[in-house]
Amino acid sequence: MSTTNDSAVRANIGAMEAKSSEALNAQRIAIKNVDFYYGTNKALKGINLNLPDRQVTGMIGPSGCGKSTLLRVLNRMYDLYPGQRAEGEVMMDGENILSPDVDLNQLRSRIGMVFQKPTPFPMSIYDNIAFGVKLHEKLSKSAMDERVEWSLTRAALWGEVKDRLQASAMGMSGGQQQRLCIARTIATRPEVILFDEPTSALDPISTLKIEELIDELKHDFTIAIVTHNMQQAARCADQVAFFYLGELVEVGTATQMFTAPREKRTQEYITGRFG
Amino acid sequence: MSATTIRGPMPGGARNALVAAQLSRSRGRKNLFAKTLCMAATGVALAFLAAILGTLFWLGFSGIHWSVFTQVTKPPGSGGGLLNAIVGSLIQTVVGTAIGTPIGLMVGTYLAEYARGSMLGNAVRFVSDVLLSAPSILIGLFVYEIFVAPFGGFSGFAGCIALAVIVIPIVVRTTEDMLQLIPTALREAAVALGAPKWKAVVFVCYRAALNGIATGVLLAIARVAGETAPLLFTSLGNLNWSVNMSEPMSSLPVTIYQYAGSPFDDWVQLAWVGALLITFGVLALNIVARFVLKPRT
Repeated sequence: MSTTNDSAVRANIGAMEAKSSEALNAQRIAIKNVDFYYGTNKALKGINLNLPDRQVTGMIGPSGCGKSTLLRVLNRMYDLYPGQRAEGEVMMDGENILSPDVDLNQLRSRIGMVFQKPTPFPMSIYDNIAFGVKLHEKLSKSAMDERVEWSLTRAALWGEVKDRLQASAMGMSGGQQQRLCIARTIATRPEVILFDEPTSALDPISTLKIEELIDELKHDFTIAIVTHNMQQAARCADQVAFFYLGELVEVGTATQMFTAPREKRTQEYITGRFG
Repeated sequence: MSATTIRGPMPGGARNALVAAQLSRSRGRKNLFAKTLCMAATGVALAFLAAILGTLFWLGFSGIHWSVFTQVTKPPGSGGGLLNAIVGSLIQTVVGTAIGTPIGLMVGTYLAEYARGSMLGNAVRFVSDVLLSAPSILIGLFVYEIFVAPFGGFSGFAGCIALAVIVIPIVVRTTEDMLQLIPTALREAAVALGAPKWKAVVFVCYRAALNGIATGVLLAIARVAGETAPLLFTSLGNLNWSVNMSEPMSSLPVTIYQYAGSPFDDWVQLAWVGALLITFGVLALNIVARFVLKPRT
């Protein structure tokens, strides 16, 4: 990319219109003083952050800053790996998610997650969705059919797949697979959905569809999205949190973060001067 | 996002077309040389295979007759077939695989899903790999000591156990390898939906690894179908018709072993037929599996 082009893009980001609503809703999840360790390596340092109810929180920051780690704290995904541990509190509905006696399977049915690369299961489109639902609910065949249709419709995928529900999900395009993963997640009726760079493996059109989808889903779900794409954060998020070296540097409404960041580091990252 | 740049001419002087052409020719010669070696090596390997299969077909086909499949083994000079050996081999291979596969599958799953990097896991993996390359006659002796000697005699069941012991490490290795290949994200995706780990393994990982695991089981079947040594000490062989698992049982490899070394022409002929049957059986199994296990799209 030539220098002129580069500076044009930077100017563009600097003047980015954040489309978020001004006010943030009441908190749905309250992250209080969370530290996280990979073995002895401290990856998160005293994070305090509220996720507003039925709004989108965008998490930005350079690679290795801890934003994905924080996401994986919220659904206790780190529990799969010995040696990883979190300290502090994550409150949801008056309950500490990090407490050892939380039922992890139930927790994960309430806090769903969509990954960076599409992760369709090697089964039919229908079964991909039914798999998650069956873990938590006993539904009749017709009720399951309805749920599958509902979730695929919500994920803007029904029209494309309604005639091949029994076909393998592995044969879909990357963008379709990612929307299937979103459908699969919302089919279990979570309250919170975590997106970990959901569009970094997708082409621009598919990315746009996912972003529109996130915009639509926030009417019903509290959403947290990790992204490396500044425009995406500006387009999708109501609240933006900037992480650097395991610390939460600054958090505010998207409008404030992209037009008048308080911290110099935020300003520099957003305008592309480092990262 | 600023990068350090150097201005000025690139070191090394201008590009010389002559040198470039020379280098290209030299690469071409080396390529031709390596390619020739590879093809020659392939030729040697294929020649041996062709010679073996050719001899087998040549000598085996000439002895194929319906009586091979309808009559049991008889004393030399009086005809007879291989019915008891064929049925005995089928029974022992099927039962041996049926016993060994679930054990191997579970051990492989333990290694890949639950014991990554653990001391016990490494020990189990090591022992399994040693077992994989253990001479099969040792396995025959081992089963002889624990199943034949204490229970007063050779039996088809002891043969099945010996074959199962051979099946286990093969299935362990392929199961573990195949499960290791599954991306972590797929497991995490299942867990993120609220699936307990065992459900993620059984319903997602097994499905994703199905073809590889099935290939491992087929490999194991192909291996045990031709095993002779472990059966010599366990099911012994039986010249009469018997499907009783608690008595000595005939099998193709042992019959081939006995017949091929005999001085009687008709027995030697039957040994060739038996060898051909085993080869065909394994080949047919592989072809069928290839169709059944075609990746579904």
